[in-house]
Amino acid sequence: MANQGATFRPDTTEGVRELVAWAAAEATPLEILGHGTKRSVGRAVQAAYTLDLAALSGITLYEPEELVLSAKAGTPVAEIEALLSEHGQELPFEPMDHGPIGGGAAGRGTIGGIVAGNVSGPRRIKAGAARDHVLGVTAVSGRGEVFKAGGRVVKNVTGYDLARGLAGSWGTLAVMTEITVKVLPRPEATATLVIRGLADGEAVRTLCAAMGSPYEVSGAAHLPSAAAEAAGLPGRRAATCLRLEGFAPSVAYRLERLAALLSGLGGAERLEGAPSAALWRAIRDAAPFAGSDAPLWRASVAPMAGPALVSALEGHALSHFYDWSGGLVWIEAGSGIGDGGAAPVRAAVAATGGGHATLVRGDAAVRAAIEPFQTQPAALAALSRRLKAQFDPAGILNPGRMPAAN
Amino acid sequence: MTRLAMPKADEGVLARRGEIAEALRAIVGTEWVVDHPDGLRPFESDGLTAYRQTPLVVALPENTAEVQAILRYCSGSGIRVVPRGSGTSLSGGSLPLADAVLLVMSRFNRILEIDFENRAVTVQPGVTNLNITNAVADRGFYYAPDPSSQIACSIGGNVAENSGGVHCLKYGITTNNILGLEMVLVDGEVIRLGGKHLDAEGYDLLALMTGSEGLLGVVTEVTVRILQAPETARAVLLGFPSSEDGGQCVAEIIAAGIIPGGMEMMDRPAIHAAEDYVRAGYPRDVEALLIVELDGPKGEVDFLLDRVEQIGRANRASYVRVSQSETERQLFWAGRKAAFPAVGRISPDYYCMDGTIPRKALPAVLHRMRELSGQYGLLVANVFHAGDGNLHPLICYDANKPGELEAAEAFGADILRLCVEVGGVLTGEHGVGVEKRDLMPAMFSETDLMQQQRVKCAFDPDQLLNPGKVFPVLHRCAELGRMHVHRGQMPFPDLPRF
Repeated sequence: MANQGATFRPDTTEGVRELVAWAAAEATPLEILGHGTKRSVGRAVQAAYTLDLAALSGITLYEPEELVLSAKAGTPVAEIEALLSEHGQELPFEPMDHGPIGGGAAGRGTIGGIVAGNVSGPRRIKAGAARDHVLGVTAVSGRGEVFKAGGRVVKNVTGYDLARGLAGSWGTLAVMTEITVKVLPRPEATATLVIRGLADGEAVRTLCAAMGSPYEVSGAAHLPSAAAEAAGLPGRRAATCLRLEGFAPSVAYRLERLAALLSGLGGAERLEGAPSAALWRAIRDAAPFAGSDAPLWRASVAPMAGPALVSALEGHALSHFYDWSGGLVWIEAGSGIGDGGAAPVRAAVAATGGGHATLVRGDAAVRAAIEPFQTQPAALAALSRRLKAQFDPAGILNPGRMPAAN
Repeated sequence: MTRLAMPKADEGVLARRGEIAEALRAIVGTEWVVDHPDGLRPFESDGLTAYRQTPLVVALPENTAEVQAILRYCSGSGIRVVPRGSGTSLSGGSLPLADAVLLVMSRFNRILEIDFENRAVTVQPGVTNLNITNAVADRGFYYAPDPSSQIACSIGGNVAENSGGVHCLKYGITTNNILGLEMVLVDGEVIRLGGKHLDAEGYDLLALMTGSEGLLGVVTEVTVRILQAPETARAVLLGFPSSEDGGQCVAEIIAAGIIPGGMEMMDRPAIHAAEDYVRAGYPRDVEALLIVELDGPKGEVDFLLDRVEQIGRANRASYVRVSQSETERQLFWAGRKAAFPAVGRISPDYYCMDGTIPRKALPAVLHRMRELSGQYGLLVANVFHAGDGNLHPLICYDANKPGELEAAEAFGADILRLCVEVGGVLTGEHGVGVEKRDLMPAMFSETDLMQQQRVKCAFDPDQLLNPGKVFPVLHRCAELGRMHVHRGQMPFPDLPRF
């Protein structure tokens, strides 16, 4: 639900500091917003005012040879990706675009939002998450103080790693105003092997075997037939997808060897160029679940535990697909389930050896009734709350959004 | 190095030494507590041997429950605790305190689970870095971060220091390769972070713990990600008439989209010292020598090696040699890996620094270092993780000559300030510890440092864990917690809203 109060749109770090310091003094909660593409993740924030960072925008440093880029928090990801692309580079963690599953437009989202949500895509299993690429930040704490952490170089162990520590904090610890990330060359070539018709268990074993090969797989997903169809792979058969990226001769070499390794599973189709890119974009953005408003869960478990998680949910009228070699499971609950599927999903995660599940889409009533983020054991939850209090003692930043910010 | 100010020892604790040792014996057993002066001596310093301090008492617990009991007892009695792994820290991270229990984790030496399918290995923190790789090598796997002390350093210490190594340009540092931790807070609470799954469900406490230098908690279990070893690795030696040419070559390799498994540079003094010691076949008539290693699938390595060779030649490389065998590749590295002891042969003592700079600043920084070398009258040899800008200047001095140690330290501090000035940082992989503690204000403002210390307050409000490390000024948590509120007008009253 949108807030009723005023929206502030500062365009400098100092402007953010001034506003947060005022809000802290008045104990007035703020909702921190970029483009709002992930507003459906977590509980709706109850705040008197909105701090909209979209005007705090612009790339402030880009040195392709140093593999480093800095941008103000409200800079559109699309603008960053376009500039990187001109220089043959990219954000290695392949950030997902939350717009489509949230019912919004594609192509929006800010770098601040990406880091605040630690948003990554299929390449996360090889290249690491958004947090792995954060080198430094400037931020305003809930105390209304500007601080910086990290730097602009990769090798840096000077002090606590607060820059990475702010990743995934969903704007509840501090308002990031400028972010420095590590970037990498965009691969020269990409190819995808698609094996059709495998059941979940065999598919995930195959993905894990490929990940354990020396062929540097950079995407490993399994789409049951409905999801495969929705992701643009016709034929009403499940699709097990493995992506290879790099220099052309290397991709060709690895493709042959990986195909040979998997030859016992019947033939594999090969996708290159635009069809391959479109498939991985669909996987990245959970496209099979766009255009619906049914509750959508995102679970992270040990890769081999993915199929067991799904089996444990049998009878709950759910649909699903796997990324991250089986460890990332997207689960859409039937709209008829009262708690949005929270009870069975959480029970299934616990029964399959641990991990976490987050409700990334659901109507406000469901999100208010359940805890959208994974509940933590008491000692860990208490530590998280103490950390929150050290950054934001008045509790003014995105109150309610995460459990530690309740 | 007597100037180093450590927190004032608590006389009350010193007076209770015997009683504290007894209490620890009741927890871990008589043979696992050391309090005899002879027994304490081996623990009085770590890898930064210039600093020494006899600990109050040493305890060697064997399991999480014992660590819990020790921390509960110490925090309940207001006793400080310094955790220690293998004691290889180069920044004094595990330097004891006179009034602190030294908590030595070396008995935590078991590998708990190897899960090849999920590519995850769970070990106790005292397991050495290399032993993780040794445990999975039969199936072709390895653990990627490879600090040069990997034969001795423990994985718990790697987590505390966020250790790097030669291969981290391509494979990341410790923080990028850790999946989960079990740790004990100073009050005895056991916390588990992560597991075999990816990413945190709440705040990224794994990020905060990794590189926290033993100030936030005691790690009792570590789950790491393992990788399948590359099919092959080959290296090329490129010698240049100037460090500018070498630096430009590094930049162009990266700009060509190539991320080598390792890319190391040495300057003339380091080349000569290494060659005299190891006879790796390094050219003596170059100012900069690059070792570039390509690893990965065979088809890729051969292809990229050609490209790197071309880039080298285009940047005036006067010496080019590609490894033709595994033996030759190992020989290329032997010189680099022996660079520290090699410098030790030509100088009675040396002081190893660890700043990181943006790669492009290399020529300017090397130039300035040569000027400083003349100014201080001390030779400096440089080895350098060229791919990620991590410098290891080795300052040669003679501790027996009055004033040389102080001069070496002052020279080192100048180098680190220079690193910060050109956009870099004080430490790339060795940690702040006590060594760089007092230089922290060169990189961080008081506000920055206070926010970092507030993180400490969330974990350890009485500041009992490893005090005196990392932060130049210790603030009490009550003081840090105070909010300085300035009530005022609503800002931007004239801005359009909605």
